[in-house]
Amino acid sequence: MAVTGIVLVLFLIAHMLGNLKIFTGQTSFDHYAHWLREIGAPLLPGVWFLWILRTVLLVAVLAHIGAATTLALRARAARPVRYAHRRPVQGSYAARTMRWGGVIIGLFVIYHLLDLTTGALNPVGDPSRPYANVVADFAPDRWYVTLFYTLAVVAVGFHLRHGAFSALRSLGQQTPRGERRARAVALVLAVALCAGYLAVPFAVLTGLVD
Amino acid sequence: MDLWQEGDPIADTTAPDGPVETRWDRRRFAARLVNPANRRKLTVIVVGTGLAGGSAAATLGELGYRVKSYCYQDSPRRAHSIAAQGGINAAKNYRNDGDSVHRLFYDTVKGGDFRSRESNVHRLAQVSVEIIDQCVAQGVPFAREYGGLLDTRSFGGAQVQRTFYARGQTGQQLLLGAYQALERQIAAGTVEMNSRHEMLELVVVDGRARGIVVRDLVTGEISTEFADAVVLASGGYGNVFYLSTNAKGCNVTATWRAHRKGAYFANPCYTQIHPTCIPVSGGYQSKLTLMSESLRNDGRVWVPKAKGDDRAPRDIPENERDYYLERMYPAFGNLVPRDIASRAAKNVCDSGHGVGPTGLGVYLDFADAIGRLGRNAVEARYGNLFEMYERITGEDPYRVPMRIYPAVHYTMGGLWVDYDLQSTVPGLFVIGEANFSDHGANRLGASALMQGLADGYFVLPNTIADYLAAGPFAPVDANHPEAVAARADVEDRLARLLAVDGDRTVDSFHRELGQIMWEHCGMERTDAGLRKAIGEIRALREQFWQRVRVPGDGERLNQALEKAGRVADFFELAELMCVDALHREESCGGHFRAEHQTPDGEAQRDDERFAYVAAWEYTGSDRPAVLHRENLTFEYVHPSQRSYK
Amino acid sequence: MNLTLRIWRQSGPGDKGRMVTYPVADISPDMSFLEMLDVLNERLTLAGEEPVAFDHDCREGICGACGMVINGNAHGPQRGTTACQLHMRHFTDGETIDIEPWRARAFPVVKDLVVDRNAFDRIIAAGGYVTAPTGSAPEAHATPVAKANADAAFEAAACIGCGACVAACPNGSGMLFTAAKVTQLGLLPQGQPERYTRVLGMVDAHDEAGFGGCTNAGECTAVCPKGIPLSTIGRLNRDYLRATAKRGDTPGT
Repeated sequence: MAVTGIVLVLFLIAHMLGNLKIFTGQTSFDHYAHWLREIGAPLLPGVWFLWILRTVLLVAVLAHIGAATTLALRARAARPVRYAHRRPVQGSYAARTMRWGGVIIGLFVIYHLLDLTTGALNPVGDPSRPYANVVADFAPDRWYVTLFYTLAVVAVGFHLRHGAFSALRSLGQQTPRGERRARAVALVLAVALCAGYLAVPFAVLTGLVD
Repeated sequence: MDLWQEGDPIADTTAPDGPVETRWDRRRFAARLVNPANRRKLTVIVVGTGLAGGSAAATLGELGYRVKSYCYQDSPRRAHSIAAQGGINAAKNYRNDGDSVHRLFYDTVKGGDFRSRESNVHRLAQVSVEIIDQCVAQGVPFAREYGGLLDTRSFGGAQVQRTFYARGQTGQQLLLGAYQALERQIAAGTVEMNSRHEMLELVVVDGRARGIVVRDLVTGEISTEFADAVVLASGGYGNVFYLSTNAKGCNVTATWRAHRKGAYFANPCYTQIHPTCIPVSGGYQSKLTLMSESLRNDGRVWVPKAKGDDRAPRDIPENERDYYLERMYPAFGNLVPRDIASRAAKNVCDSGHGVGPTGLGVYLDFADAIGRLGRNAVEARYGNLFEMYERITGEDPYRVPMRIYPAVHYTMGGLWVDYDLQSTVPGLFVIGEANFSDHGANRLGASALMQGLADGYFVLPNTIADYLAAGPFAPVDANHPEAVAARADVEDRLARLLAVDGDRTVDSFHRELGQIMWEHCGMERTDAGLRKAIGEIRALREQFWQRVRVPGDGERLNQALEKAGRVADFFELAELMCVDALHREESCGGHFRAEHQTPDGEAQRDDERFAYVAAWEYTGSDRPAVLHRENLTFEYVHPSQRSYK
Repeated sequence: MNLTLRIWRQSGPGDKGRMVTYPVADISPDMSFLEMLDVLNERLTLAGEEPVAFDHDCREGICGACGMVINGNAHGPQRGTTACQLHMRHFTDGETIDIEPWRARAFPVVKDLVVDRNAFDRIIAAGGYVTAPTGSAPEAHATPVAKANADAAFEAAACIGCGACVAACPNGSGMLFTAAKVTQLGLLPQGQPERYTRVLGMVDAHDEAGFGGCTNAGECTAVCPKGIPLSTIGRLNRDYLRATAKRGDTPGT
């Protein structure tokens, strides 16, 4: 969980930085998107790097889901009879929403790929014009897309808040002081990623980017 | 009918004579040994998994014997040794403050009010040193100084700092050390652990203890288990008083059943009443909670000078308070030994100065300590105890003085054993609180843990070899007439308890028995009171067998049935305790006879007549017990009147 | 106080079990929770019903025998407190209180609120000790232990083995219990020689017993009556990673 999670977090950070390029204007953003396909050239033929990256991400996602499923099944087996009185959460909500949060994020990722990678669900849907796709996506009259996107990003935030801390713990962070630090890192990471990802749709919504 | 009969004197024939310092060495040398290859052919049953039983079972397993261990709890880790708070004494003299094996020996004999054996106590003091080494090696997290070395404190009136501790949880940490050693042997296959099993009878074949009858508390199955020797480490019998600091399950059944099968019961009347417990708050009270004695190092005990003064404690001005321990015992003040502090509390309450809703309580005040040391320092020393007090009473002891009252805590009496810890039934060994051996009439603070571990780790594993060297004994099986009879007794008794189907619960009888005992056989005893108590106990016991109601059946977990069996045995023990207290016409340690006190109210021993161990023989439930005296001689520590003025 | 209790009744391992409602009257706020159950049991006995079975022994919060889930909380609503030290003043008159046993596959119900926690003993037997046979110990002061390590070891050693961590864990994991012992012994010099075999043995025994996996949810430490910190699990993880990397048997490490 921890190792695959960290791979995914690194991707999320890079992805967010790329997204923020939208504030530098249409040309720059589109140029960035095209450049992504050329990384590694001329050492690697075009798009190869992208496919390597996609494979790594896919493996990470599948392994992450696989490990999560194993844990969930073990948890279910470990408590065959449930409590009649539901336990109030005493730890953190973030920790207790990892599984449902993960499912929501998974569904969102599928939608997101169909929307902005293949373009199938995008009103513009032209892979060569990513800036236009994004602006069309978050147009004010498509508020429900923005809402879904926001919910998904918040879910990612929650997921990360516990996930990042938990990953550090699984990899052996072991002192109470380190625990406070790890929790702070996780919180900052979660908030920063949420803010970074939400900046784009809200900028479109408010007309800052058009 | 007489309450008791005189019997022949009894002697401890295994104790070597000669210089006390070399007796233990000489005994170990004289004892026969068991060849390592033969040990696995020998089976030892150990009943109880506290400090004594747990450490003995683990050590016997390490030596290569086949051990069968039993406890009534769900895990060996829960034995009541776990609740000991204060610490464990050892004559390490790490403080360079004049301690030595001889001083610990001297203090313990004196603290026991000259009613213990010098040989045993000296051995205890010698072995104390090894216990600390052993526990540290096991990873017991004792308190340490900044230099990384072990910290010690002074405890229970000792003038040297010889008490090792792990915050207020020393018993827990020592027990877990022994428990882990035991689990290691269980994994190694040398110890077979039977938790949730209760011993209900001893099997004696051809004059030797050869097994026990146990009930599986989960399935109700009764079985007979055999061995070459049986070790009882089943703890004390303070629960005869119903309210005590013992765990709810603590009971006398294992030792009482052995007593009925021929093991003499020694000094049953010696009961330690601990001065610093949280007072009773109502009739529903199920147990009393001890607050560590270490609180008296900084707390000051007082009551209002005026009788029935019900002002809030902080509203009572300094000159209207009676710091009675400091007034009566200026040299030791609040640190006088337990029995003295307890009786003083009872006396001030009896004379109408007690505080709290029941009038049975005195203040233990930390205002001075907080003023002198600051709240933080007090919190560092006693924080966990203060929290516990607040949890139970709902009062904040940083602001309101604690209320404390004495409660039954430890029983010095137990089955009689010789220097080898063997009872009068050959092959039956008794260790820890279950025996009577080392504390005389009063146990010093932090000495119970020392004795339990000394017996279990170091003494018994050496002495039992001398007995086992004659084994393996002829095999016995469940069809042996003695085994069949023992098992039938157990089944019959359980069936009788279930069949009464009366109109009173077991607890109601137990509570009433406890009240009789506390009233007449508690902190202060009189001839008339004890005679009255014996009559009341007999009447109540008769009622019990006619009116008790034990719901359910014996085929499954039945906690009421377990309790009923234990209370039935407490009735018989209670009577013997009163008889012992009645016959001992002197005051010593934990036995205070109102008729025998100095003009200023201190205990008055009678060494001429009573410098002996009273070992009682069972002759039948309605027949007088027979008294066998073991005379005590003092070559090294000469009896003197204890004085803490 | 008058209360309504809804208690899990199950006559034995084979029975399916159900919640049964009992009213109790005249409860004093100064009673402990278990004393309140004693009162109920006295009445049930006299009414010809079977009393509610529950484990308890020392009733001063140290033996670890008692344990029940009270209104969804392991050991009830007061933090840092076992059921036996919980007092009725923390409840209000007229309240309905749900009382259930620890729920975990590794802790099968024996009867009513009594569960079998021997799985914990098996975890300890798989390595939760220092191999120090009686008589073999060096002088206690031969090895000083830094006070900070001794104190941290003590903090972890305070575990009473009650099983509340398992009861509260959304995964039914016993990792806090396991980690407490690994941490205690791992922080002391006496525990070093077996440090890596210990963690492997104990974690294997933990998994074999049927406990769930740890996801660092933190519910365990919140209900732990002794406040065993979650950081102990980090120590366990670190030792486990090292142990699996070198299986603890590389000389010179």
